[in-house]
Amino acid sequence: MLLNPAILALILVSAVISFMLLLAAGFAIQLLKSWDINSGSELQLRLERRTYLISTLLTWAFAFELISLILFVYNAESMSGQFVGAMCATGVLNVNSWGWPTLFLKMLVFFIGTIWLAINYLDNKGYDYPLVKIKYLLLLLIVPLVVTEFFVQARYFLEMTPDVITSCCGSLFASDAQGVAAEVSSLSPKAAIGVLYGSGLIVMLTGSWYLLRKKGGLLFACSSTVAFVAALMSIISYISLYIYEHPHHHCPFCILKSGHDYAGYALYIPLFMATSIALAAGVISPWRKIPSLNAAVEVYAPRLAFTALSLFVIFYAIATWMVLRSNLTMETVWW
Amino acid sequence: MLLTLTDINKVFNQGRHNEFWAIRDLSLQIEAGKITCLKGASGSGKTTLLSMIGCLSRPTSGRIMLEDKILSGLPERFLTDIRRHTFGFIFQKFNLIQGLSVLENVMLPAYPLGLKHSTLKASARQLISHFALERVMNNPVEWLSGGESQRVAICRALINDPQILIADEPTANLDTRLSKELMGLIDELRQSGKTILITSHDPVVFDSPVVDRIIEMRDGQILGS
Amino acid sequence: MMDFIRKQTYLIDFTLSSLMRRKGKNLGLLLVYTLIVFMLASVMLFTHSLKKEAHIILQQSPEIIVQRLVAGRHALIPADYLEKIGRLRGVVSKKGRLWGYFYNPMVKANYTVMAPDHMELATTEVVIGTGIARTQGLGIGDYFSLRSDSGNTYSFQIKALLDWDSELVATDLVLISEKAYRVITGIPEGQFTDIVLSVRNPREVRKIAEKLSKKLPDVRPILREEILRTYDSIFSWRQGIVFVLLVGALLAFVIFAWDKASGLSAEEKREIGILKAVGWESGDILRMKFWEGMIISLSAFILGYLFAYLHVFYSAAVLFEPVLKGWAVLYPEFKLVPFVDGLQLATLFFFTVFPYVVAIIIPIWKASVTDPDAIMR
Repeated sequence: MLLNPAILALILVSAVISFMLLLAAGFAIQLLKSWDINSGSELQLRLERRTYLISTLLTWAFAFELISLILFVYNAESMSGQFVGAMCATGVLNVNSWGWPTLFLKMLVFFIGTIWLAINYLDNKGYDYPLVKIKYLLLLLIVPLVVTEFFVQARYFLEMTPDVITSCCGSLFASDAQGVAAEVSSLSPKAAIGVLYGSGLIVMLTGSWYLLRKKGGLLFACSSTVAFVAALMSIISYISLYIYEHPHHHCPFCILKSGHDYAGYALYIPLFMATSIALAAGVISPWRKIPSLNAAVEVYAPRLAFTALSLFVIFYAIATWMVLRSNLTMETVWW
Repeated sequence: MLLTLTDINKVFNQGRHNEFWAIRDLSLQIEAGKITCLKGASGSGKTTLLSMIGCLSRPTSGRIMLEDKILSGLPERFLTDIRRHTFGFIFQKFNLIQGLSVLENVMLPAYPLGLKHSTLKASARQLISHFALERVMNNPVEWLSGGESQRVAICRALINDPQILIADEPTANLDTRLSKELMGLIDELRQSGKTILITSHDPVVFDSPVVDRIIEMRDGQILGS
Repeated sequence: MMDFIRKQTYLIDFTLSSLMRRKGKNLGLLLVYTLIVFMLASVMLFTHSLKKEAHIILQQSPEIIVQRLVAGRHALIPADYLEKIGRLRGVVSKKGRLWGYFYNPMVKANYTVMAPDHMELATTEVVIGTGIARTQGLGIGDYFSLRSDSGNTYSFQIKALLDWDSELVATDLVLISEKAYRVITGIPEGQFTDIVLSVRNPREVRKIAEKLSKKLPDVRPILREEILRTYDSIFSWRQGIVFVLLVGALLAFVIFAWDKASGLSAEEKREIGILKAVGWESGDILRMKFWEGMIISLSAFILGYLFAYLHVFYSAAVLFEPVLKGWAVLYPEFKLVPFVDGLQLATLFFFTVFPYVVAIIIPIWKASVTDPDAIMR
């Protein structure tokens, strides 16, 4: 195995986060069994105090999970020199079959974490904790996900040997290669544009509808997920080409490098934020009917929806601008 | 009727060998704008009752209502919110935070509200000058005399403009002169529209003409009920 | 939003004064914390700097070095191999190199002697590395001698010293003219130590190496990228080992932090009770305590990193040299190139701030949920 502080740090963080979640889950089970908001017994008081602990554990756990996602990508980037054939993070992720799953799991945990935190925040606004059972059940479902992420990541790092020859982003994302990445890269630009702006339009529509009419929150959340996936696909399929000004460089990680003015950040940060905030906005909408939560939902749903929509607009604007200002012209090739 | 308590019970260490029922089947009504005194020896449950009324703890069973709002079933977060705006506390040991100045101590209860600093400071200064503490405003509270500390504690209790003031054995650390002075201050507060609840076993308090009603407690129950 | 920010400012204000009130306890914690950050940061800064230095230097190294093997051992390579290599697509230039090791028993030092092709040297001139100059007290104009295998000693006059920038690899380097080298070593015309190839496109290096091996089966191509990879690995590995060794210290720190956070003095408990009684909620107390932790963490992180930076780059990492550099007689004395990057900071953060925060979560929670009722008694 490659002994490298960043890897040690990542394994440590995942282990501790899993532990924190298992601890929280243990308390959650206890809570689910004995919770009774109307009782004034000592047990109930203790359980109510426990909720603070669980909230704290989980808020920190998800915050660290996000940072570990970033660290993971950075580490993959910086390790590219140690693998034959790797020139950026993509190559490092390809070293064995656990690399990409780790990345996807980390992203998934981040988004689900956002959803949980949103539900938790809302629940705390209700004087009778109406969502207690739901949120702790949800927590019990999240725990296996986080533990899986730990194991998958561990396997990825443990099975990493430096004498494996891996493929770099050039061959992985080439349109004539095999695999999902290739499929995505070979998505024709016209189709990619259609998918991107189409999903963008749907997101804006459902979001505005939600903002103005207060209906369709879940639809908004779903469409934001679709928009997220569409955006990633578009970045790989054609936006990155314009940033690199190279007709065959599809890699989604190289745009984070300084050589390209850190363009990746301008795209990924608004995208991730917009999607997670939209998820939060949408996930609180079904509880509007609960009397103790009604006021909170009325206040927060529009705010979150508005922020998410603004961030989406920013993302689409930046993505479009990057294509328009690029020196690459694909006239007669694509258009 | 400002405060209504119905069938309140409070037990500690329930189910264990040292189970202790501090309050048993207690029902009570407190009128607005009056000074009520809870009288009783230590262990009678008056401090427990006071902390339940003041939203510092929850009854094991029974109902507490503030006008028409039910307080007893609320979780801590909401209880605290109500407490901030409804109740001001004065403790027997003053309980000021050492190391902070008079001004800071007075502003302390309002920190979690995130008010504009200038507004908060202005309200604090107003209270401080009303109680003749301007001279010592920026002094650390360790330097204050007993009487000054008592007045700072009152300012602190009033910073969030509460409806009800709760004083637990306020004269325990004061001499007779200061005790009488305190009762005078309390009367002033009642005249400005506040409701006051005092616990004491000091005759200076419960024999004072200022007190409107005396409730006597023993073994977690009200005598005569 | 504004309310939230204002509220945090009030909490931070209270936290700061609270920290000041308990200087002794907090200073102790800060000291230990800073020490941990210092140790880890020093290791990271040092290693990264060395890695970067190696990279920079190796940039000038040729992409492919062709060595001839005889019975598995490095042997001299005939000059006509240059023609045998012929034209390979992507190879910009190819030339032979002459270099070797010389052991000087009197100073017990190993020199690397080389005939450079970018310098004009007369047969009696030599250019030496500053390490050699230093250990033997030599300067420009002095004489430097090499003893050949045939027993003769040859004297050279020092024309120049190799400059500071490349101390890491050049400190034991001796440069003499090709003619002088052949005379001293007895290597005849028509033979070289190895052949180097310059390749323009890094992606073609492997392909060229493959073709080379097919054309010349007794030859071993060494790729620059492999050297870089090996250096990276070794440095990372060494860094990793040191980190693992420091795990014990880290664990002790975590336990210490937990202990400090749980061990609330009676005064602190009273304060929390008062705060709750006057209108602070458990959540507010939790947040305040976390700000305490954050302030200490950030201070320790910044101080520890600063000291580590000074330690590594201004005092040449006095504490770590032996472990991380490997030992030799000729110690290069060079100024490490400061190199800071996000990955390094993030890793450091995860090894220090993260364990601390996790260690204090439960103790802080316990403190925050105390019954305010208790202080009324």
